[in-house]
Amino acid sequence: MKVILQNLTKKFPGRDRKKQEDVIAVNDFTFEIPDGKLIGLLGPSGCGKSTTLNLISGLLKPTSGRIFFGEDDVTDLPPENRGIGLVFQNYALYPHLTVRQNILFPLQNLKGKDKLSKAQMAEKVQEAARLVQIDELMDRKPGELSGGQQQRVAIARALVKMPRVLLLDEPLSNLDARLRLQTREEIRRIQRETQITTIFVTHDQEEAMSISDMIVVMKAGVVQQIGKPQDVYDGPANLFVAKFLGTPPINVFDGTVRDNTLYIGNDAVLHIRGVADQNVYVGIRPEGFVLQEHGPFGCSLRTVEVMGRDSSVVCTNQASLNPVIRAIISADNKVDLGQKLVRFSLKPAKVFLFHKETEERIDFTADAMTAKEGESL
Amino acid sequence: MEHDKKTENERIDYEKIDYEKIEKRAKVRKTILHVITYTLLVFWAVIVLFPFYWMILTSVKSYSAYNSEYIPKFFVTSPTLQNYVDAFTAVPLGTYFLNTVIFTAITTAVMLVVITLAAFAFARLEFRGKNIAFVLFLSLMMIPTELVVITNFTTITNLNLRNSFPGLILPSVTSVFYIYLLKENFEQVPDSLYYAAKVDGTSDLKYLLRVLVPLSKPTLTTITILKIIECWNSYVWPRLITDDPNYYLVSNGIQEIRENGFGRENIPAMMAAVVVISLPLIVLFLAFRKEVMAGVSRGGTKG
Amino acid sequence: MKQDERKQKGMKPDEINQDVRMRDEIRQDTVKQDTRKKIRNYSELKGWLYLLPAMLFLGVFMVYPLIDVFIYSFEEGYNSASQTYFGVGLYNYSYVLHDPYFLQALKNTFLLVIITVPLSTGIALLISVGLSSIKPLRNLFQTIFFLPYVTNTLAVGLVFMILFKKTAYSDGLVNLLITWFGGESVDFIDGPYWAKMFVLCFYTIWVVLPFKILILTSALSSVKQDYYNAARVDGTSKLRTFLRITLPMISPMLFYLIITGFIGAFKAYSDAVALFGTNLNAAEMNTIVGYVYDMLYGDSGGYPSYASAAAIILFAVVLTITCINLLISKKNVHY
Repeated sequence: MKVILQNLTKKFPGRDRKKQEDVIAVNDFTFEIPDGKLIGLLGPSGCGKSTTLNLISGLLKPTSGRIFFGEDDVTDLPPENRGIGLVFQNYALYPHLTVRQNILFPLQNLKGKDKLSKAQMAEKVQEAARLVQIDELMDRKPGELSGGQQQRVAIARALVKMPRVLLLDEPLSNLDARLRLQTREEIRRIQRETQITTIFVTHDQEEAMSISDMIVVMKAGVVQQIGKPQDVYDGPANLFVAKFLGTPPINVFDGTVRDNTLYIGNDAVLHIRGVADQNVYVGIRPEGFVLQEHGPFGCSLRTVEVMGRDSSVVCTNQASLNPVIRAIISADNKVDLGQKLVRFSLKPAKVFLFHKETEERIDFTADAMTAKEGESL
Repeated sequence: MEHDKKTENERIDYEKIDYEKIEKRAKVRKTILHVITYTLLVFWAVIVLFPFYWMILTSVKSYSAYNSEYIPKFFVTSPTLQNYVDAFTAVPLGTYFLNTVIFTAITTAVMLVVITLAAFAFARLEFRGKNIAFVLFLSLMMIPTELVVITNFTTITNLNLRNSFPGLILPSVTSVFYIYLLKENFEQVPDSLYYAAKVDGTSDLKYLLRVLVPLSKPTLTTITILKIIECWNSYVWPRLITDDPNYYLVSNGIQEIRENGFGRENIPAMMAAVVVISLPLIVLFLAFRKEVMAGVSRGGTKG
Repeated sequence: MKQDERKQKGMKPDEINQDVRMRDEIRQDTVKQDTRKKIRNYSELKGWLYLLPAMLFLGVFMVYPLIDVFIYSFEEGYNSASQTYFGVGLYNYSYVLHDPYFLQALKNTFLLVIITVPLSTGIALLISVGLSSIKPLRNLFQTIFFLPYVTNTLAVGLVFMILFKKTAYSDGLVNLLITWFGGESVDFIDGPYWAKMFVLCFYTIWVVLPFKILILTSALSSVKQDYYNAARVDGTSKLRTFLRITLPMISPMLFYLIITGFIGAFKAYSDAVALFGTNLNAAEMNTIVGYVYDMLYGDSGGYPSYASAAAIILFAVVLTITCINLLISKKNVHY
């Protein structure tokens, strides 16, 4: 089922009665979610991602804009008629009902021609339980289950009606780190098997990146960027998106473009083409640094954190906007901790320029600067 | 619609739903439900408020006007405060009122001291037999007052304390339930505070008064309010233990007024007395609305 | 012992001084043992000292009476003036159980319980659900509904009496309404039994409702919104949501209210006095508690033995009903 959001806007009346200023939770959201995909709504808390989810579910009504499921305009439809499955952040399993009764619950609501016989219901429940692999827990109560198991039951309950769209609100936030990894793969598998268009909300960029077909990055109610995870990571639309994606986070510097050359501090670090002379923000991914004895970019070495496969070189630079710079390099490269200065050359594909005022990304083409050139400048 | 072919049969047929009809029906249903809800609430509010309205209304009707109304009027054209004057002069309502204030104040104050000390002992002090003592205390919670009132009546009579404030007050200055409530509250104060105070050389009593009591103010307020309500409305014990009108409280006082005061059937004056008696608690309630309601839901039952 | 140690062990400064003085007088090693014992004894004592007032009052006014009431109930022919009795036995119980006044009181109390407990709980549930589903005016309604809790039962009972009473001068407001709607006027206070029972039940419900509404409203508001959202998404009808989700979730509180409601209704007394006056036997409106007090004191009083027997019978009844309630609730309360 294709889901289309058209100029979706949601305003909440301001809490301060005197000011009467509305809080805009979602602002002019337009997006077409292709059928059968897994979409991650991503953003820091308070960015409007949960509100968007609730608008799609029908628990909230939009202030303006329309929502379509396929060809149907569902904007004014109550949630129960939209054909959605919703998994809540804290699962909202009914504590007094067994797992079986919980999953059965939505089916018992069906009326008229949709009504199912007892046998059909049991079969559907069994099927949903098998899908999320909880067949053995059917007669327990939610209180007797672990967090991961509760999560599966919640998904089974959402899936049992075969919804047109499955919505997950922070599905992994209540799980510990190990379970989170396992469960997110599980969600991916279930989504692949059922082919139901699935939208999930998360504030964890790693989570969204790892399983989504597409991610939507939001900030303060405004969509920042939509795209495949790798595309967004490799081509962030603006500084916010660049900062939000990636661990360790991107390193940001004050930089200057002069005569087709990018300067960070006094170091000329890249030859670039297609950018007018101006001050810019420079974002460099941690993996964009290459350790090079006479590299163009010099930083003062603080320490090296060895993490097995990789090492993280922690250093500082006057032009850096972060307290420290982190460069991820292969652990094969030995760094002498005694030296004060480390020098890098940069991988152009991992370097982004952002406009000083708008913070939008500036496109450019670049050539890596050789060690010699760097030295000569 | 672009369903997967396999799942098409299993999915509910969403295309055939008439969306507009559903929307309309949902809206109508919601409105009807709202109307019913408000009607119900207003209906009960009227039932609750009407006796209060009637009592105030009647209390400002003159004796003759009231008795000449075969069909009672819902309003009054010439209100009079004479009934209130009568209530304080023709019958000793002032005395009942004052007695109740004294009774309530002393009972509540003494009880607060007694239960605070006991709760502190249970919550903080270490001594042999504490746990057994606490279990015994708790088991006393199950004993209904109706069982013990008989002997208490005899005890107070034998002590020659009938028609006296000590006789009225003494049996109701402890409450196991409030000790329990307060003990739970005291135990929530971290141990480290106690040890810190000990290191500074603070005595137990000082620690109780300077640290625990201020920290437990909300619970103490709750208990105080509940006890005041209980005292103000207590009827059975005062009725048993006093037969001298000089020691009547408002509850048995109003009963006395009903049966022997004002001559026969001076209902407006009686209502004036009822208003005077009801007012203090209603004012207390309106002033401490949140505290009273929170307190009652934590530990109150009627009576 | 060093100064600091003494402080840690909870000694007061003057005790410490005394401790120091003692050291001067006696030889060191014996002093150490003595003070340690003294400290322990003191802190043992202190605990009991803090408990003393409470124990004293509870002992005199709860524990002793509890034992005494059983003794009273078995002492036959007790004379309160001479404080003598003939013998020991079950005569008091048999007397009470054959006393028509007691049987009348028993019947009244049971009727009151059976009528008011389910009705008041049901109405309270209805009103609480209504309250929880609205936003505007909610606080106002809550405040109004709570008012009866803080009123003097005896005083407001008089208002109910004049509303329902039929006198030579006036039929009273309620009868006026009844005749308006084409009914026949009835004296609810001095009239037929069913009318009197109706007023008593009505007033009792009026009095107990605030507590129940309060408890149920807070129970309802503690049910998380997510459960309702989940049910809504699944297309659960309002009624089904209420029966399958709301009710089970608030069932512990509901049973708590039913149990306390039973106990409270069995102990009804002052409501009846407020409506029908102190001579409840004459009005045929006595309750068990009323019977106990009448036996103890008042025009027919002076029989503490009968009163004790009646009180113990009441206690036994309440205990039995509470146990049955608890058993049922264990089966039906889900968590």
